[in-house]
Amino acid sequence: MALRARVDHGAGFRLDVDLRLPGRGVTAVFGPSGCGKTTLLRAVAGLTRPAPGRVVVAGDVWQDDAAGVWRPTHQRALGMVFQEASLFDHLSARGNLDFGLRRVPAAQRRVPLAQAIELLGIGHLLNRRPAQLSGGERQRVAIARALATSPRLLLLDEPLAALDAARKAEVLPWFERLARELRIPVLYVTHSLDEVARLADHLLLLHGGQAVAQGPVAGLLARLDVAQAHGDAAGALIDGVVDHFDAAYHLLHVRFAGGTIQCVPAPGAPARRPGQRVRLRVQARDVSLTLSAARDTSILNMLPATVDALADDGPAQVLVALHAGDTPLLARVTRKSADALRLAPGQRVFAQIKGVAVLD
Amino acid sequence: MLDPTSLAAVRLSVELALATTLLLLIGGTPLAWWLARGRSRWRVPVRALVALPLVLPPSVLGFYLLVALGPNGPLGQLTQALGWGLLSFTFWGLLLGSIIYSLPFVVQPLVNAFEAIGDRPLEAAATLRASPLDTFWHVALPLARPGYLTGAVMGFAHTLGEFGVVLMIGGNIPGATRVISVQIYDHVEALEYAQAHWLAGGMLVFSFGVLLALHLLQARKGRP
Repeated sequence: MALRARVDHGAGFRLDVDLRLPGRGVTAVFGPSGCGKTTLLRAVAGLTRPAPGRVVVAGDVWQDDAAGVWRPTHQRALGMVFQEASLFDHLSARGNLDFGLRRVPAAQRRVPLAQAIELLGIGHLLNRRPAQLSGGERQRVAIARALATSPRLLLLDEPLAALDAARKAEVLPWFERLARELRIPVLYVTHSLDEVARLADHLLLLHGGQAVAQGPVAGLLARLDVAQAHGDAAGALIDGVVDHFDAAYHLLHVRFAGGTIQCVPAPGAPARRPGQRVRLRVQARDVSLTLSAARDTSILNMLPATVDALADDGPAQVLVALHAGDTPLLARVTRKSADALRLAPGQRVFAQIKGVAVLD
Repeated sequence: MLDPTSLAAVRLSVELALATTLLLLIGGTPLAWWLARGRSRWRVPVRALVALPLVLPPSVLGFYLLVALGPNGPLGQLTQALGWGLLSFTFWGLLLGSIIYSLPFVVQPLVNAFEAIGDRPLEAAATLRASPLDTFWHVALPLARPGYLTGAVMGFAHTLGEFGVVLMIGGNIPGATRVISVQIYDHVEALEYAQAHWLAGGMLVFSFGVLLALHLLQARKGRP
């Protein structure tokens, strides 16, 4: 999809972007509060009219000021889920689902409502009123309602922001299933790095109304300038495949482009089959570097890697960008250690990984 | 119990209140929508204008209406040119007066109800392929139902108790413009206190009854 939009808000804020985004998978729109994420989403939806603007989704021109094209929101094949539940209070959950479904000609329905209901696990809630649903249930119904219109693009505006941690944990797996099983491109606005790590394939970074960077999520998160902005949460993502589960030690062995990693599955996580795709997150603070492979150590994961670049991270620490195979990694070490090891771009090292989180 | 002239007054009052309420609900809807959601800078002065009958003495309102509807007034000349004759001292004149007099009692609850809906449900409807008119019928109106209930009850009860405006522009013609409040006044003037009691007591009980019903309905609505 292509998006060029300029939106002037009062108080000196301006969104000004000119982007081409992938027409598949989950694109996370990430940035601090007030960076223009929501405005960008509203401009795509036509709820805010950019001037000038050009919005093209899957070959459909939704707005093109040069050609005088403007399609109002209700004529755009999109689905949108807002930050807080926006269900119609005067309708039951089923009435809410039918609202959008009825307004789409049968020939254009590509997502069966039954599948959306099953996917989101809301079958038992359909006769309830929105007031009788929990926050997490309401958001799930809102997602199913958006899917029922068989959108060509799904816009999610911080759909988990209004939920507490427990409700978030309840809804997030549904998003993961959704992203995998439906072939609808998703624009997902969030300021949570955790949601980006778990859901996104592609990442767009916004700051002060400008697009700072975009690219595949694993590569972008490990970029030093991006990582520096995330402070202690900085880390890299590894997309891999389950090799096998070592039942004797209760360890999951995951293969990826840079080698094999052994990790402890989260308590209560579902069993994983060999060949299954998984995403791992390795935080920079959990990676240390050695010049030779240590043999008598308690650390299981030691990957040969090459240093790409270094950047100061405060007065005492250095962030090191590396790659193992073609998988980017980040390490945070003290400046003293970096000097002692004479770390420099191109140098071969061993990355010792102390902690790995299995995301999905 | 009630003598025939009093009964005629009750019938006339009810007819007037029903017609007034119905017309105000229909005409007040676009006005209230514009006041609640429009962006024009004229909204603020128009809001003040709509609220004016709340604070103006009914006799002031009635006086200006009488002048305007009279043979030399702009409305009077219009109605004469249209071949309707003069509206003062007719049911139609009363209806016009009642509509203006009860306007804020119907429009204000509608404005409040439309404002309470907010942008979000309307935006959500647009993302679900509903056109603005479709959204108005199937989202805004159902969500504003409590406002319509309040507006209808308040408009009806308020018109039923109208006195000053009627006296100024309608006078006191039995069966045509003599409403309950004027009839009570007549009974008291004639020292027919028993008749006055029946009518006054009836108004009191009725007014209390509808307000109680309204509040009970609202209380039930507020409970989850």
